[in-house]
Amino acid sequence: MRTLTARRILIVCAALVGVLLLVVLLALKFGTRSISLYDLAVLLFHAATGRSDQISSDFRLIILDIRWPRILLAMIVGASLSVAGASFQALLRNPLADPYVLGVSSGAALGSILSLIWAEQLPGATPFGAFIGAIAATTAVYFLGQRGGELDSYTLLLGGIITASFLSALIMFLMTTISGRELRGMAFWLMGDLSAPTPVAPAWLFLVLVLAVGAIYTTSADLNLLLGGEQEAMHLGVHVVRVKLVVFLGASLLTGLAVSVSGAIGYVGLMVPHLIRLLFGSDYRLLIPATALGGAIAVVVADTLARTLVSPTQLPVGAMTALVGAPVFIYLLRRSKT
Amino acid sequence: MNPAERTAEQPKPASAGGPARTTPSEPPRVLVDLASHSYAPEGGAPLFTLEATSFEVRSRELVAILGRNGSGKSTLLRLLAGTLAPLSGRVKLEGLEVSRLDLRTRAQRIALVQQETPLLFPVRVWEFVMQGRYPYSRGLRFETEEDAAVARQALLEAGADPLRGRWMHKLSGGEKQRVILARALAQQPLLLLLDEPTLHLDIAAQVDLLRRLRRIATDRGYAVVVVTHELNLAAEFADRIILLDRGKTLRVGRPTEVYQQELLQQVFGTLLYVEYTARGTPKVTFSGADTE
Repeated sequence: MRTLTARRILIVCAALVGVLLLVVLLALKFGTRSISLYDLAVLLFHAATGRSDQISSDFRLIILDIRWPRILLAMIVGASLSVAGASFQALLRNPLADPYVLGVSSGAALGSILSLIWAEQLPGATPFGAFIGAIAATTAVYFLGQRGGELDSYTLLLGGIITASFLSALIMFLMTTISGRELRGMAFWLMGDLSAPTPVAPAWLFLVLVLAVGAIYTTSADLNLLLGGEQEAMHLGVHVVRVKLVVFLGASLLTGLAVSVSGAIGYVGLMVPHLIRLLFGSDYRLLIPATALGGAIAVVVADTLARTLVSPTQLPVGAMTALVGAPVFIYLLRRSKT
Repeated sequence: MNPAERTAEQPKPASAGGPARTTPSEPPRVLVDLASHSYAPEGGAPLFTLEATSFEVRSRELVAILGRNGSGKSTLLRLLAGTLAPLSGRVKLEGLEVSRLDLRTRAQRIALVQQETPLLFPVRVWEFVMQGRYPYSRGLRFETEEDAAVARQALLEAGADPLRGRWMHKLSGGEKQRVILARALAQQPLLLLLDEPTLHLDIAAQVDLLRRLRRIATDRGYAVVVVTHELNLAAEFADRIILLDRGKTLRVGRPTEVYQQELLQQVFGTLLYVEYTARGTPKVTFSGADTE
């Protein structure tokens, strides 16, 4: 009988870190201008040993100044969205929950835009606005999804889709009427894009990511029981209200974080946790860290494809994830009905 | 079962095995002394009132709660489980009020087997039963060797051991019921509560389940309380019966004391006959004749 151990979690995570490193290497190599693995290895060696003066200036520009920050961002966004998705799935007891599908991403996008309009000068205003927007949208969807005092899975999804569409309309309204202001492109907020520079240093983003994922991770044993119903969990000794609050705030924070720097990238929070479950089972003690790494891998891959498929033109990364994610959503929806 | 396998936290049974029924000398495990309890939606008028009642459930005893739908069986069970706090009166387990117990402590003492809730994601039987060890663990709660031993024992006692590698959603109704029972046993409770556990089970599975509960009560020294509609199974297996009617506790006593033809006819609102088997157990039969 296999029981989950810390050792198994470490082994799975180490394997995923290996895959992530490989994917990052390929993402650095491929682009409008492909770089040979040898040149890349030399460059990385110089960069790692602090001798960046030995790197040719156009390599430095392409690899270190353009590709690497974007990959870093992709990893942070991917991890945030995936863990947020896995958390919403447990919180709302809905296997199809995802920040984008539920309209939480749209709420975060609207929050960011409003904060850009009202408080552009304040440092950290965008991520904070996104966080508040995510909280408001989650709360709204939570109540919209109730039917007869209980969360109903299809009402919830419908409520999320309606919320998303309403908020997207508000976003378009704001973007069109506030002329003369550069609030990044429409595609950035509605589809998700990683090409724009971030308003906050990646180190801060990473710190928030670690804190939020860490907070959610402390409840992972409780989440396993919560999947079997709140009443059941309570009878087994879970402090349901406390756990739900931590997960609600953590998942909203992660969504806000991701959306404020990349717009609303869809379906990552849906696909990655499901794939990880298929591979490693549904125990949240393993699922949360594995999903964070899996999400980083997925978005780096998606963004590399978005950069290279129709090069030199670039697709928004959200178009890539939606191309794969929407059919997966339909598949999961049909399967859950049977 | 082997008493040596029990953990230190469990009180040792006075005699393992054997038909040891309740001895009067043993202190009551659960004392219910309710003045009344109203169940009302937030801010609304009371929908349902459970009237004053008082009874006790002892260790090694199997008690059945009987009554029609809406008579208050589930409310009473939730009061016993501590998830509902009585508006007045007390429900005590070994001297402590159950609704005031810390959640973890309560889960170590009271296990509730409910009617099945759907699972969100596929879970193996073994993982599911291990969830019963949750109240005993800390932090990320990686299960210990001892947890595994307790879970294994629980699977054996519930008759679910051969199922341990299977997926929960692929089990039949009877198999699932045994696994849910195993998870409750893994909690090593003092008080085991079951809400209509025989629902959707075929006759053989019903008898098997009650037989197991009887054995568990005797061997483990648990106090077992079952809500059921199965009058004849209750008469056969329960030590005592609590008969509810529209929020009132009509009778508490041995099956022979409670199974009185007129009383049962009045409570269940149908023509029925109470007979006695050769062993003196009451048996309820129904008339097929149209009495309208």
